[in-house]
Amino acid sequence: MLKVENLVVHYGVIPALKGISLEVKEKEIVCLIGANGAGKTTTLNTISGLKKPTSGGIYFQDKLLNNLPAHEIVKLGISQVPEGRGVFPNLSVVENLHLGAYLRKDKSAIEQDLKWVYEIFPRLEERKNQLAGTLSGGEQQMLAIGRALMARPKLMLMDEPSMGLAPIVVEEIFRIIKFLNKEQGTTILLIEQNAQMALAVSHRGYVIETGEIVVSGTAQELKANDEIKKAYLGL
Amino acid sequence: MFTQQIINGLTMGSIYALIALGYTMVYGILRIVNFAHGDIFMMGTFFGLLLTQKFRFPFPLALILAAIFTALLGMLVERVAYRALRLSDRLVLLISALGVSIFLSNFAQLVWGTETHPFPSGLSVKSFQVGTVTLSNIQVYILILSCLLMIALHVFVHKTKMGVAMRATSHSINNARLMGINTDSIISMTFAVGSILAAVAGILVGIYYDAVYPTMGYTAGLKAFTAAVLGGIGNIPGAMLGGVVLGVVESLGAAYISSGYRDAFAFGIMIIVLIFRPSGLLGKKQQEKV
Ligand SMILES: Nc1ncnc2c1ncn2[C@@H]1O[C@H](COP(=O)(O)OP(=O)(O)OP(=O)(O)O)[C@@H](O)[C@H]1O
Ligand SMILES: [Mg+2]
Repeated sequence: MLKVENLVVHYGVIPALKGISLEVKEKEIVCLIGANGAGKTTTLNTISGLKKPTSGGIYFQDKLLNNLPAHEIVKLGISQVPEGRGVFPNLSVVENLHLGAYLRKDKSAIEQDLKWVYEIFPRLEERKNQLAGTLSGGEQQMLAIGRALMARPKLMLMDEPSMGLAPIVVEEIFRIIKFLNKEQGTTILLIEQNAQMALAVSHRGYVIETGEIVVSGTAQELKANDEIKKAYLGL
Repeated sequence: MFTQQIINGLTMGSIYALIALGYTMVYGILRIVNFAHGDIFMMGTFFGLLLTQKFRFPFPLALILAAIFTALLGMLVERVAYRALRLSDRLVLLISALGVSIFLSNFAQLVWGTETHPFPSGLSVKSFQVGTVTLSNIQVYILILSCLLMIALHVFVHKTKMGVAMRATSHSINNARLMGINTDSIISMTFAVGSILAAVAGILVGIYYDAVYPTMGYTAGLKAFTAAVLGGIGNIPGAMLGGVVLGVVESLGAAYISSGYRDAFAFGIMIIVLIFRPSGLLGKKQQEKV
């Protein structure tokens, strides 16, 4: 579904990605694990069209994304749950959710999906008229996920959804990620520093270090890999 | 006399508010002060003058057409002077803005000369007495029209899909793009809306003072910018309030203390407010989310 080939991305003259390749197949959860500054967010933002690549190719359902503007990429079915949640604090919860469906025209289906999102996250319905900025971190993360779902994406990109959340909330978020994939068949590219949790829900994974993929494999293989155990699982 | 000054202050205040909205909306989205906005206001006034005088359009039609042309001009300014520089240093944008401002006022001087033109609107000026207060019909038009425009703007920003997209873009361009919002067109539209308000303000004030001249954008622009800062730059209700407060303070100061210091009152009130509320009357403290 998504193929990234030899992607090179620079900030000015400094390379952030030095030719990474990865693939996400339909109905998979694939995780990209790496430490701070490894280039995870850069990878997602380049896929989403917020950052232009220096070279290499990004293909989504065999279509080259490289020079498409971000809104065209959303239209093709790729939604991002950005790092730090990226909710609009000055808008209400329901306004945020509606923005997720910004490009859709099917009004009645949008309202149906809104109900569906409220079913997954009942907390959001209780707070629908509240400003998003007044939500707790966990609720904001739920809002960010719900908002991405409102686009009915074919592929969801999630940037460190566990960041800064209490363990119990992290569990909840990961339960939902798994649910979305299993029950809805949503394809997910998941970025995490929390390798343990990420590998527990993913089918496959990649490890990125200073702009390069150093290991890849199935979740089982990665969990068994000695270097990964040491560096990312703290074992 | 007091009520009279309040009414006069409200009249000018709503003009300032209309112009201030353009400064504040553009600042809210791009975090830049569009120094060319005063000149866009001036061009809008000339468009109105041209359409009513040269082309003999009836006033309401001329007003609408002038607003449309000014919107296009505002969009052009954004396209030419700001878009490519959006990621550059603020100083570069400032220089570009000043360049546009100088260009527009010189352009106006070249085309229409440096003199002051009267603005015969075709509306016959009538004054009427309400108690001790004298009101002209022009004042009433200014008050009603600016009220209507501000209500329309409020509805647009809060109740329409585009308005919500605009508020989202003003919070974060990148996150807005991730929603599928074409932020370039939202930014363009913001310039268009601000320019429409400026054009209407310009035409109204042109008629009110029966005067149109190429440098009229400087003082009005500066006052309106002051109003925007006073209300909290980036904040839409703030710009409305700031404009009205500025107009009233200026008018009262001029009437009761000295009319020679009219401008000093305007800037004085801004300095005083900023000492006590650095983010302006309605501005929120800039809070960074971690
Ligand atoms: N806007 C930017 N300008 C310059 N350099 C940047 C910018 N954004 C990221 N970088 C650099 O690119 C590299 C990769 O950053 P990126 O944000 O992709 O890392 P990350 O893996 O997401 O890290 P984290 O886990 O901290 O979010 C880092 O060295 C970072 O300093
Ligand atoms: Mg990151």
